[in-house]
Amino acid sequence: MLQIPCIHCGLRDESEFTCGGTSHMVRPGLEQSDATWGEYLFFRDNPKGLHLERWRHTHGCGRWFNVARHTVTHEIFSVYAMTDPPPALAPP
Amino acid sequence: MAVHGHDAVKYSAWSLLRGALSGQRNWPAAWRDASPKPNYDVIIVGGGGHGLAAAYYLAKNHGVTKVALLERGWIGGGNTGRNTTIVRSNYLYPESARLYDFSLQLYEGLSQALNFNIMLSQRGLVLLAHSRHDLDAMSRWANAMRMNGIAAELLTRAQVGELAPALDLSPQARLPVLGGFTQRRAGTARHDAVAWGYARAASALGVDIIQNCEVVDFIKQDGRVVGVNTNRGHIRAERVGIAAAGHSSVLAKLAGFRLPVTSYALQAMVSEPIKPVLDTVILSPGTGAYVSQSDKGEIVMGAMLDLFPSYAQRGSFAVKQAIIAATLELFPSFSRLNLMRQWAGIVDVVHDSSPIIGPTPVPNLYINCGWGTGGFKAIPVGGWTLAHVLATGCSHPLAEPFGLERFITGRLIDEAAASGIAH
Repeated sequence: MLQIPCIHCGLRDESEFTCGGTSHMVRPGLEQSDATWGEYLFFRDNPKGLHLERWRHTHGCGRWFNVARHTVTHEIFSVYAMTDPPPALAPP
Repeated sequence: MAVHGHDAVKYSAWSLLRGALSGQRNWPAAWRDASPKPNYDVIIVGGGGHGLAAAYYLAKNHGVTKVALLERGWIGGGNTGRNTTIVRSNYLYPESARLYDFSLQLYEGLSQALNFNIMLSQRGLVLLAHSRHDLDAMSRWANAMRMNGIAAELLTRAQVGELAPALDLSPQARLPVLGGFTQRRAGTARHDAVAWGYARAASALGVDIIQNCEVVDFIKQDGRVVGVNTNRGHIRAERVGIAAAGHSSVLAKLAGFRLPVTSYALQAMVSEPIKPVLDTVILSPGTGAYVSQSDKGEIVMGAMLDLFPSYAQRGSFAVKQAIIAATLELFPSFSRLNLMRQWAGIVDVVHDSSPIIGPTPVPNLYINCGWGTGGFKAIPVGGWTLAHVLATGCSHPLAEPFGLERFITGRLIDEAAASGIAH
């Protein structure tokens, strides 16, 4: 069981949260090509290591926030608000 | 004992009898543990079922025998050793039906073809309907299968009870069983035997199976892949195939492209062995649970993914609890069983829950991935179609709809929604 520090509520069990996938993806304009839209919708870095991702405290405050987590150890390096820029973390 | 692939013993009642005369102590190794050579026609990265099958079919179907199969650990040690060994072809769309049923057909002849008992047990698969909507959806599903030429039978609650009397069929059940449908040709096979059967047959045809050999980079010339760098040196080849399941994105990154894949942990577990109580495979799409009993007597359980990206071959306790809860809703009598082992495999989930087979954006590099939670059933066809594209440069007709380009054109084959796969 992961313990995730919600930026609003503090440390809670994983079962209160929903993972919303990769953060900081920028939606392309409607005039962009099919290839650009395909990349945006489906293609992911899917890193083995540091991953910046969105989580929602579904069964708590209900709010979204960002988590910097390691996809092998599940260590959480940082949690930050949706509107914050990506933290300066060296890839482990 | 030194073993050369080409003089592998043919397994038979006679060879077993002959072995008995020397106390079964002089069997040669089943396959040849090779060291890398500098040059091959084809390199396959990944020594799970799909990679091993591809190596075998390259040699068998296409006469390509200068093949190296590179495995960073030991063969069959990844998802091939971390699944619930279910084989079935109950898919909805014609493209998937063709692909998965060809796989099941290959499984049906595989023990003979490989001269290795893969312990295929066509004990049937029963899908449970827990609501009127489930019944309607399953009628559509079973009829779609029949339209695709794959036998499926709708079942009443009483018929489900005859096939699996241990189920809680009472109307008071939290998830009452209203009926369902069955694919009688579905069942289970022995996962290790599938890996070793393909390895032995490939090795006998001259394929080099190289373990403890991790690819650390691709060698490129003018943008084309011409080999790989490994922890055991440079190996060059005309063509390279990737069959690395949950680690496909890691290899794709080394080669310089991305995949529409997210890696998740999928857990499963077995109870202590008990006397025969369940001789079919039960799948409850409503709870996500699938349950069967192994030949050794263990109750084999699996269900939903741990729904956050993971490369850790272990799962969350919260999900483990949910899987067990789902199983016990169906089979309350299992509640006193001790859990014996649990494991997780890293599965490569694609948006439409359909595989990716074919060329990559990098010339000479081909891929077989995206089987997600259901790769074991597809090992024969995954190997068959990857071998075809590696040998000919053209996608196999069965694999044509499953190219990477569908994520640009939007021509998805959305089995996620269609066949109610539990995610």
